[in-house]
Amino acid sequence: MTMAAQSEYSPDSERIMSVSLGPQHPGAGHFRIRLWLDGDYVVRAEPDPGYVHRGEEKMAEYRNYIQNVPHLERPVILDSSNILFAYSLAVDELMNNKIPIRGQYLRVIMSEANRIISDMYYLAIQGYFMGHTTMITWCMGDRDFWIDFAERIGGARVTYAYIIPGGVRNDIPAFAIEKGLKTCDWFDKRMDEYEKIFFSNPMVHQRSDGVGVLSRDDAIALGATGNVARASGLSLDVRKDEPYSSYEDFEFKVNVLNQGDSWARAYSALLDMREAVKIIRQALKKLPLGPVRLKLGPQPRVPAGEVYARTEAARGEMSYHIISDGSPRPYRLKIGVPSAKNLRVLPHLLRGVHVADIPVIYWGLNYWPVENDR
Amino acid sequence: MKERRLKLSMTPSRIREVGLFARDTLGFDHISTVSGVDWIAKNQLEVDYFVGSSTPGQEDFILAFSELVARDNPVVPTLIDVWKGAEYHERETHEMLGINFQGHPNQNHLLLPEDWNDLPPLRKDYVSPGR
Repeated sequence: MTMAAQSEYSPDSERIMSVSLGPQHPGAGHFRIRLWLDGDYVVRAEPDPGYVHRGEEKMAEYRNYIQNVPHLERPVILDSSNILFAYSLAVDELMNNKIPIRGQYLRVIMSEANRIISDMYYLAIQGYFMGHTTMITWCMGDRDFWIDFAERIGGARVTYAYIIPGGVRNDIPAFAIEKGLKTCDWFDKRMDEYEKIFFSNPMVHQRSDGVGVLSRDDAIALGATGNVARASGLSLDVRKDEPYSSYEDFEFKVNVLNQGDSWARAYSALLDMREAVKIIRQALKKLPLGPVRLKLGPQPRVPAGEVYARTEAARGEMSYHIISDGSPRPYRLKIGVPSAKNLRVLPHLLRGVHVADIPVIYWGLNYWPVENDR
Repeated sequence: MKERRLKLSMTPSRIREVGLFARDTLGFDHISTVSGVDWIAKNQLEVDYFVGSSTPGQEDFILAFSELVARDNPVVPTLIDVWKGAEYHERETHEMLGINFQGHPNQNHLLLPEDWNDLPPLRKDYVSPGR
């Protein structure tokens, strides 16, 4: 984590120059990539994360299962429901909680809304990196309607602490259902416009077609997940593979693309949003009546045991490995975040590319430094 | 652990063999994460590899390979040649729990500062500042 932006000639070859990209680069964001360049080509790249490491896993060992809720959503504020979703599933499994159906549906609604909020941010910045300024203004603006949607349910705009062990924190107000359905209808039309202005745009195609191609075999070997895996022909989606929280009640499909390039990764995010809108609409329409949470108390008794729970977050598979020794606090809590799973793909893709392609490839992986560092 | 999860415990000397068999014969080729636990009362450290599968029909299955090593000399073989994606996960387990992955190409700090000269922070005898 040396802060100085070095630029020195490597002793072994006069042609190779090593440069730092980040951690202050406006696009990299708390993250550095060390690059070894031969002229305009990247010979070798080495990611250097850790600038925003806060020790969330150690913090969790000092707090009980309910106190852990608010700080565990901090690593992924764009996608804060999905990181708590996996945590809640893990604790529910340890405690053998049977979540009321209405609570399960509300968990799904909130987590799909967060998927849209996170993917919109991703498309906004990806558009900006490709020199397509319309995308950042449109996506950032439209994203706000989904933040409003989440605010009506969770009461906050970014970190809601809405999904908790035992269910969800509060019920959905009736007007939020009506307004939410309107948001869904409006957003379907907006996505058609994104397709016209961004995904069918010849400039965007020229900028991202064939840039950073990840083959299917490499995606498996490197452990890629989420959009990165699905854009490379891997049909992996925890929601379908291992339906949790009533996902089997909803009709949606896993979109798999085979190009494996930056364009496919961005398009895969749009297809994911289309499915998310479908799921939200179905869940709002057939929301069953009943309680939304179990009464657990401020310090629930968690029996000794071990659990590995996972969900499909906006960036890919979010997993928790929790070991409980029967005490009020977790003995060990490991967060397996999708950004950490996709990080190994970055040096693989950057080898041999032009310097100008680095932002498109880097952001194409939808890597979030804060999430990786925890 | 629940259905479709299986945790296998083995000695560090056998883990590569078992991992290769699981990858090539059983189709567990997609590394999910690597985790570690400090069992301070038993004076042991545990390393867990959580591996999923891209084979149709068994994507919901997670196989965990677990090995226990002595706390004062925690040396295990690296499994990068089995699951390439384990590289950064192992590096993180090295810095957080002080496990030495033999054959790993780069065990420099990933998340911790370069000048960290305390115990590995996820060991139970490391106490966070202010606690």
